[in-house]
Amino acid sequence: MSDLDLEPLHAALHPLVPQGRTALLPALQAAQAIYGYLPEPVAAEVSRLLGVPLADVSGVIDFYSMFYRQPVGKTVIQVCGDPACGLAGGDAVLEAVCRHLNISPDQVSPDGAYSVERAPCLGLCDHAPAMLVGERAVGNADPTPQFGVPASPANWLAGDTPAPQGKAYGTARLLTANCDKGRPTSLAEYLAAGGYAGLKKALAITPAAVIAEVKASGLVGRGGAAFPTGVKWEGASQADGQPKYIVCNADESEPGTFKDRILLEGDPQRILESLLIAGYAIGAFKGYIYLRGEYAQAYRVMLDAIEAARLAGFLGENILGTGFSFDLELRRGAGAYICGEETAMFESIEGKRGFPRVKPPFPTTHGLFGKPTAINNVETLCNVPYILQYGSAAYRRYGTEKSPGSKLFCVSGDVTYPGVYEIPFGVTIRQLVFDLAGSIRHGNGLKTILFGGAAGAFATPDQLDVPLTFEDLRAAGLPLGSGVVMVCDESRDLRDVLTRLGRFFAHESCGKCYPCQLGTQRQHEILLRIAGGAALPGDVERLLDVGWTMSDASLCGLGQTAATAVLSALKLWPELFEPSAAAGR
Amino acid sequence: MSDVTLTIDDQPVTVPAGTTILKAAEHLGVTIPTICYHQACTANAICRLCVVEVEGWRVLAASCVAEVSEGMKVRTRSERVERSRRTILEMLDSAVDISEAPAILDYLPGYAVDRERFPQAEKRDIPLIDDNPMYVRDYSKCVLCWRCVQVCAEDAQYTYAINFTGRGFETKIGTFFELPMLETTCVFCGQCVGVCPSGALKPKRQWLFEQGLTPGEIMQSTRTEKRRKRG
Repeated sequence: MSDLDLEPLHAALHPLVPQGRTALLPALQAAQAIYGYLPEPVAAEVSRLLGVPLADVSGVIDFYSMFYRQPVGKTVIQVCGDPACGLAGGDAVLEAVCRHLNISPDQVSPDGAYSVERAPCLGLCDHAPAMLVGERAVGNADPTPQFGVPASPANWLAGDTPAPQGKAYGTARLLTANCDKGRPTSLAEYLAAGGYAGLKKALAITPAAVIAEVKASGLVGRGGAAFPTGVKWEGASQADGQPKYIVCNADESEPGTFKDRILLEGDPQRILESLLIAGYAIGAFKGYIYLRGEYAQAYRVMLDAIEAARLAGFLGENILGTGFSFDLELRRGAGAYICGEETAMFESIEGKRGFPRVKPPFPTTHGLFGKPTAINNVETLCNVPYILQYGSAAYRRYGTEKSPGSKLFCVSGDVTYPGVYEIPFGVTIRQLVFDLAGSIRHGNGLKTILFGGAAGAFATPDQLDVPLTFEDLRAAGLPLGSGVVMVCDESRDLRDVLTRLGRFFAHESCGKCYPCQLGTQRQHEILLRIAGGAALPGDVERLLDVGWTMSDASLCGLGQTAATAVLSALKLWPELFEPSAAAGR
Repeated sequence: MSDVTLTIDDQPVTVPAGTTILKAAEHLGVTIPTICYHQACTANAICRLCVVEVEGWRVLAASCVAEVSEGMKVRTRSERVERSRRTILEMLDSAVDISEAPAILDYLPGYAVDRERFPQAEKRDIPLIDDNPMYVRDYSKCVLCWRCVQVCAEDAQYTYAINFTGRGFETKIGTFFELPMLETTCVFCGQCVGVCPSGALKPKRQWLFEQGLTPGEIMQSTRTEKRRKRG
């Protein structure tokens, strides 16, 4: 290690040093890009340059799964093992890649070129089974050739497979009107399609009037919690303290969720326009976009979009000559689902481990850097330009009285046409899955739909006529969550799906509070033995106690929902969990 | 500051606004169990053993941080509370050696804890670290209350010698790249040892005594070690 040259590190970190601790993740990312991993002398130098205690630096490295303390392959291959890819043969893909390279998961190939990992959901469920080869996404990696598409590990690694394209479908294209190209919409195209008209309208009225319009639209958060967006903005705008921040939560990582990826990759300017309007409304001149680390394609698109917007005068000082100044910083996560939790995201941006904070205080008064902050999901924000451009009354023409507007659904699993569907609230599950997404694949029967996300619940065939609205879903006991609609046909063993969800939560628990730190581990262990046909007497009661304890007593939303799907399955199919049940396939 | 009146287990109590439920309960002589909570440390609501049921709340409240409000109705031993506390204790017992955590052991009978509740459960078996003359670190006994990390940092000493390693169930307390304590910023103030509730951090001499060494042997062994490190 003594021959390690730290000069390139000094050059790379030079622009980050004045930021101090908040630049810790970007600094570690820059360091890892140089050295391939983060050996002790490099970590120590980052600590020295940024003025962050040594133990805190290693603590941060250890927290994020995309930071490595040991050498890894020049190219890291991440094969998705979560439910949507699992249904599509993800395990066989992992096996094929490992066999091709003659290594096991988490090993480095003898030439140092590759290492292979099993990854949590990569947000490529519409192209399952999927993997990342370095920063390049590979989709439909079916080991059995179809439609003449080259399909072997050699092709996947060489990059001669078509890049998965993110397109949106559906019947109400308020947010995704520009997401049909399979490539990013340029600033010129966005402007030609009426882009930034919402911002111009917003800047012509007072911030309070912007908030009033958003409140009148009835827009609520699309990240899972469904909190009224206008109320959140009002809270941040009225809170004491300067500066204020607007944060875009683009850390989409919930298994089965890929809607934000479509928006990020397809129409980046809409997100920037939304953030500008939000910043103006709450009185913020600085915004952050926190993008999940695995979304490399979206990162490139957003970087280009920010640069184009800045050149065109949409970001920076005195925007459109109105005196309003605003700028954005794009941050990348580093492999931690928990950072999608709003307070954990603040911690991460501040350069810390992504531990969720105790609430209250809430972000609107004590958010990023302890300042008043509005934090919104990508999809939520993307509603805003339409609302400002056409008015809340026009927006309310879509959807229902209590669920106005449109919603993006992530349809995956055993359907003919998986993808993101934007539909007005009120369309039924049946219309979405059977009419729009082309019904169950291969003409099979429907067993169930995992609804809402990994933290969701199972819908049964008798619930197909439930309209997709907040009120109807609540009455049916189905969470809207992040809009996941993962379809399982009648041949599926749900114990396998549940074990993958259990593994996901055990892997992603931050370890802060006891119920989740211990409960996700115990839940996974029990699910594993049930799926393996080795259930013990009392396992059902154990799952119930662990599940309810996590739901009732965990500190944050991750732990509180880590057992939701399991508890839902226990209620619907208790026989699956009994010791007498046959082993899963 | 204004006063707030609430009921805890049907008993009315009036306390200053800003009081936590835990403290308000103390006024009534109602004891709420805690593990991570310590008077001298920032309450981080980690162990969740102090959860209580507040009428109208979706989830249970961590009483060490949740503040009282007017008319609040708190239940400290409802069915949901009991289930969570028992399960937390059973899960902790299945993962960690709590044999030297007397306060935690005392809670077990009151919550009918089954010490074999989780068969085949992975334990955090971690080898003892004996790398300095002042204290030993036995993280198989660590309940991750965070107190040692907190007193090493902003809660007391501002030394930042230790932090977390790993994540989730694999979380541990450790030094930068697992360096021996003598190579860190540790000033051996002993505050971490003082706040450890479970015997994971222990004075070296006490540990040697427990290993069966005589006081004379202990003096000799720790002195020699100090000299060697200095040399």
